[in-house]
Amino acid sequence: MKLDPEARYTETHEWVRWDDNELVCGITDHAQESLSDIVYVELPEVGDEFNKGDVFGVVESVKAASDLYMPIGGRITAINEELEDAPELVNKDPYGSGWMIRFVPFDAAEFDGLMAPEAYEEFISEE
Amino acid sequence: MPYIPHSEADRAAMLEVVGVRSFEELFTDVPAHARFPALNLPPPLSEMEVRREVESFAAVNLTADRPCFLGAGAYRHFVPAVVDALISRGEFFTAYTPYQPEISQGTLQAIFEYQSMICALTGMEVSNASHYDGATATAEAVIAAVNVHRMKRRKVLLSPWVHPEYRAVVRTYTQGMGLELVEDVPAGELTGLLDQNTACVVVQYPDFLGHIEDLTPLARAAHARGALLIVATNPIALGMLKPPGAMEADIVVGEGQGMGIGLNFGGPYLGFFATRMEYVRRMSGRLVGQTVDAEGKRGFVLTLSTREQHIRREKATSNICTNQGLLALAAAIYMAALGRCGLRRVAELCYHKAHYAAGRVAELPGYTVLRDRPFFNEFVVRCPRQVAELNTYLLKEHGIIGGYDLGCDYPHLEGHMLLCVTEMNTRAEIELLVAALADF
Repeated sequence: MKLDPEARYTETHEWVRWDDNELVCGITDHAQESLSDIVYVELPEVGDEFNKGDVFGVVESVKAASDLYMPIGGRITAINEELEDAPELVNKDPYGSGWMIRFVPFDAAEFDGLMAPEAYEEFISEE
Repeated sequence: MPYIPHSEADRAAMLEVVGVRSFEELFTDVPAHARFPALNLPPPLSEMEVRREVESFAAVNLTADRPCFLGAGAYRHFVPAVVDALISRGEFFTAYTPYQPEISQGTLQAIFEYQSMICALTGMEVSNASHYDGATATAEAVIAAVNVHRMKRRKVLLSPWVHPEYRAVVRTYTQGMGLELVEDVPAGELTGLLDQNTACVVVQYPDFLGHIEDLTPLARAAHARGALLIVATNPIALGMLKPPGAMEADIVVGEGQGMGIGLNFGGPYLGFFATRMEYVRRMSGRLVGQTVDAEGKRGFVLTLSTREQHIRREKATSNICTNQGLLALAAAIYMAALGRCGLRRVAELCYHKAHYAAGRVAELPGYTVLRDRPFFNEFVVRCPRQVAELNTYLLKEHGIIGGYDLGCDYPHLEGHMLLCVTEMNTRAEIELLVAALADF
């Protein structure tokens, strides 16, 4: 299983990392592997605002459909439109071209409250 | 002989578990007088006697095998014998959507072909496997449109010339969703009511009064405001008219009863639903897709069903997990049997016979045919007296089923009758109607 050392993680298997003044978010390598072939990703609209834990989208695979949860609250500034035609990017490159949303957090300090890579690794080994 | 698998001992054991002494004790919460009421039933009858009695009830029903000029959403069209012959085959005789592709290739292929033909007829890109009827399909379309806008737009403009029952079903289906349904608006003024909160505009084509109009300007006005155009249509009319898809409609729904399905005393009927690929994931109901099996051979499966129906049911925007399988098959057989030219011929017969009838009725003193706008096979007649009175006279004196009383739904159209003419109405029937109206 791959991890992005710069990212922070949630118990619902999203990752989030800083890029300039915004946060980029997607699902983890572990999540994409568990879901198997992803066939559809439903994303929010730019400008939508969500609180921590709100559902911001849905990822659908041949096996399951799962909600996507905001790691911390924020306002959406961009979505990965490529996923509309190529949802398999989430399988191929979950931390890179398979990113899902960019957002400006309401409270940047909340980022530090998320799990570091090692903590997430431990979390999934116990799950 | 009833098959009841539980023995006395089984029942005693179960009663003991729930802590009651007798079966009757389970009903103590029901008021005593209502608990085991004595039913005042006649003595039992033999099969022969039952049949005689039920047939005598059935004989009271008025069937449409007489001159009939009633339409208003349910149409008497000819059903070729091939339809019943094929749908009655054991392989097909189920109303249920088959889930398992490994045993249901024939049914799945039939649904796929139904969907393909609905797309061709409506001018749309994708059709679902069908709904209960035109009214529920319309309601599903409204819900889909609201979901396209992720519930951020709450206003739905419903033309008053959408079938009154369809609008009633839309109201029922959308209860509690917090939508604003705007119905009280003259059709020409729909455009003016479009705003940034409008999810969709719903119109009927031909409309409830039979009128046909080019919907392109309305579609463009709706799109300019980001709203969707939903068109409820009559598939028989599409045999000759420009399809709603060619007029930039976003969702096309309608009642498929006219295609190979009898009047059936009002149901079961067939709702169809077609849209653009862009909205396929907002489409309710089942969808059959074409694929290839492990050996590369063509096959058919239910597709896109993981999302709403199997896994995320609590988040589903529609709970329709079934379709009107047998009647969709009937419609598919009808469309395939008639073909493009046959459908056009049926539509033209309806159109020309209706226009002939309208011309003849217009000659009668006391009657006015509202002919200022183009119409398909239904038209409005202002009558000299109450429509109910006229219909009773037509039936009792001439054995004719008259038109729809528009005053029931539109108070300002009291005394107006909606007459319908299909390919089934012979010239002799039309002349009989005209003579009967003249004598009224």
